[in-house]
Amino acid sequence: MATLLEMRGISKVFPGVRALDHVNLTVETGEIHAICGENGAGKSTLMKVLSGVYPHGSYDGEIFYDGALLTNRSIRDSEGKGIIIIHQELALVPLLSIAENLFLGNEVASNGIINWPRAFQMTGELLRKVGLNEPPTTQVGKLGVGKQQLIEIAKALAKDVRLLILDEPTAALQENDSQKLLDLMLELKAQGVTQIIISHKLNEIGRVADRITILRDGATVSTLAKADISEERIIRDMVGRDMAHRYPERDSHPGEVLLEVSGWNVWHPEQQGRQMIRDAAFTVRKGEIVGIAGLMGAGRTELAMSIFGHAYGRDISGTVKMGGKPVDASSVTKAIAAGLAYVTEDRKQLGLVLDEPIVRNITLANLAGVATRGVLSRGREQQVAEEYRRAMSIRTPSVFQKVVNLSGGNQQKVVLSKWLFADPQVLILDEPTRGIDVGAKFEIYTIMNELAAQGRGVVMISSEMPELLGMCDRIYVMNEGRIVGELTKAEASQERIMSLILKNDGKAKVA
Amino acid sequence: MADQSTGAGGKGIGAHLGGHLRENGMILALVAIVLFFTVIVRVTQGVDFLSAQNITNLFLQNSYVIIMALGMLLVIVAGHIDLSVGSVVGFTGAVAAVLTVNMGWPVYAVVPTCLFVGLCIGAAQGYWVAYWRIPSFIVTLAGMLVFRGLTLWLLDGQNVGPFPKSFQSLSTGFIPDAFGVGKPNMTALFLVALAAVAILWMGLRARARDQQFGITPEPMVVFAIRNFVVAAALLFVGYKLASFRGLPNVVVVLSVLTVLYAFFTESTTTGRRIYALGGNEKAARLSGINTDRLVFLTFCNMGVLAALAGMIVAARLNSSTPKAGGGFELDVIAAVFIGGASMTGGSGKIIGVVVGALIMGVMNNGMSIMGIGIDYQQVIKGLVLLAAVIFDVYNKNK
Repeated sequence: MATLLEMRGISKVFPGVRALDHVNLTVETGEIHAICGENGAGKSTLMKVLSGVYPHGSYDGEIFYDGALLTNRSIRDSEGKGIIIIHQELALVPLLSIAENLFLGNEVASNGIINWPRAFQMTGELLRKVGLNEPPTTQVGKLGVGKQQLIEIAKALAKDVRLLILDEPTAALQENDSQKLLDLMLELKAQGVTQIIISHKLNEIGRVADRITILRDGATVSTLAKADISEERIIRDMVGRDMAHRYPERDSHPGEVLLEVSGWNVWHPEQQGRQMIRDAAFTVRKGEIVGIAGLMGAGRTELAMSIFGHAYGRDISGTVKMGGKPVDASSVTKAIAAGLAYVTEDRKQLGLVLDEPIVRNITLANLAGVATRGVLSRGREQQVAEEYRRAMSIRTPSVFQKVVNLSGGNQQKVVLSKWLFADPQVLILDEPTRGIDVGAKFEIYTIMNELAAQGRGVVMISSEMPELLGMCDRIYVMNEGRIVGELTKAEASQERIMSLILKNDGKAKVA
Repeated sequence: MADQSTGAGGKGIGAHLGGHLRENGMILALVAIVLFFTVIVRVTQGVDFLSAQNITNLFLQNSYVIIMALGMLLVIVAGHIDLSVGSVVGFTGAVAAVLTVNMGWPVYAVVPTCLFVGLCIGAAQGYWVAYWRIPSFIVTLAGMLVFRGLTLWLLDGQNVGPFPKSFQSLSTGFIPDAFGVGKPNMTALFLVALAAVAILWMGLRARARDQQFGITPEPMVVFAIRNFVVAAALLFVGYKLASFRGLPNVVVVLSVLTVLYAFFTESTTTGRRIYALGGNEKAARLSGINTDRLVFLTFCNMGVLAALAGMIVAARLNSSTPKAGGGFELDVIAAVFIGGASMTGGSGKIIGVVVGALIMGVMNNGMSIMGIGIDYQQVIKGLVLLAAVIFDVYNKNK
């Protein structure tokens, strides 16, 4: 097989950080090549070098593409050569139609006048290729994330893609959408499109990748052929150590009931008459980790946020008891005072003030804790931040670093620190390990176990069933706004959880 | 692995200056502009730019911009804008004139009444912005028209004046000399010297505290130079004011407000929350911060400060005119952005805003003395605003 791409000795230095250190990457024509590595290992930087985000000359080393030296000055340059990257955060215009999005910047036009019939016809062809059955005039914002992802791929196909780079394409997708996407990747491969996929999900890599290159701390660790791909090997190369146990050991001694929610009903904040949560009830004990499983859209986040100070929904009814006594948690301030904390699944939008330093983010939910009569003490504030930096091993040169500059795992630790400093009795963690790498996941799990050992109650919402099974004492299963089952650690298995979801789903289309 | 912390200690002066380019650069820019006008005015007009009288004028002319910029910073940090302040200045000035001149109210009743009117105006606008989520641009644009109209109505299109001496002293009064020396005014000298010592002392104390907590302080050289420049400028201005008519009341009000607002924004929980709200409103709300109320309060505060400015302007002109305050909102907003606040909210400092307002004021004053036409003045001011913001954006992208 011919070599399509060869990156030799790529180094890229940012002020104070060597993001890439002599990285080598070879991609053969027609293969699917996976790139793995912890957050901060340099995967995204490498792809930005390749796709022209960092122009030729701003990095060291050479890139050979199709046998010639690649000297991209911009993304447009590299797209012209058929190198197209689909970023994790999709770059679609939600208010424009599918057709308009597909040909954005690449319009089917002569002399600036768009040929709409031709554009619609081409859109139809492209949508068929990616297996999406939608009229070309549909507004993109009205489609789900899974379909939007397909449109991104169709957009790449419209530009005659030869090397398609997918940066964590399934991070925001649910199981069946992910499977569709992986199938499409294999189909594109059959049509001769070379692909690079960055992913944290090892089972996906095992399914589609022909070869896999593992990065660690900005350097190439290994490139494995399909026959050598095993989860253990990948994890070992990624973190530089064997991970005998994916989940830390824990002695579980649940105590008395801490949080008790009953008769919980929530309606959609905008759409009249749409009930999001129906008659939900659950308990969390001291020192217990309780999981909430369910498919995307099952209402898990809505349940958590509505309990946490009515931060979601309207016409909320039901009771919240802490330690047996009913509490008023009708505003976030009251919920915090009652001993609740909610760690959001959307760190960047809902969890952090990105342009502020770590120290200010950590104290945000409990400013009174570093102030006397409303006057802040900088010194105490910094001490608090340093304490959490040590306790959580937040990797940063200083607590005055803006959180926008941290990797996903470290950002998550900052959000956790913020809530721990508020000293809650019950923490609700919504997808606490989403988008962070294997090593950091293990650290988050360890922190969760410590919290439980301190006698706090932990609620863990997760779409990854193995992590729920590995971490939780009990698991509640949600579907369509209801809690449809409760499983103890001994009873729980992926099959049981899925069957609870399916049995209670009238439509039962998810297979 | 977590312990790469205190490695920043070895950073050089250059690196530090690079990191704090904006703050130190602003002060340098102000000094440079003052020196520029001093030289050019001396050479072309034969006038002393730094004469006691001109320095006094400079403060009297610009006090209202600085006072409103303090409130505008909070509004802008919270992610909003207030276009109505110019009209509110006109309206509260008119209220003051009607109460004082037409109805004969005493000053001690007029001042709180006008401040209360300002509070109500701020509350009325803040209510729609905070609780109804109507864009502040729209609400305050409406306010701008409404209060300009109400000013015209209240004054019946006429100038109302003159004010009694007691009201005028709001703007044109001076702190009397308590030591009985006369010239130079010893009270003024004493207060200014006290302020200089206080600034130095607080700076040193903050340094000591930082070091105690292991925060790397800025290099001593930078600290010393900056404080020397500030103290020298303060003493110089103080001496000049003392040798003229003493400290204007307005300067005292201004200084007290500046110190209060600097303290509020940097060292109180409420101040911190406003920055968090501007940086990421949703995250702030989910951290238990009552963001709606904070937005409401920043507008209330802006209303009060605009009312204060309105009275000062009326007192200075010694009459209320239907046109008073026209276009002030632009000067105030420009001062805030020249002072380094971010358009999207979440950042900006009181000291930057004051320096920004002074830069605008010095340029107004200097160009007027040079006899530059109002046409060119506007062009130059516009370009300075643009340059300052470009400088910010460039630095951020670097």
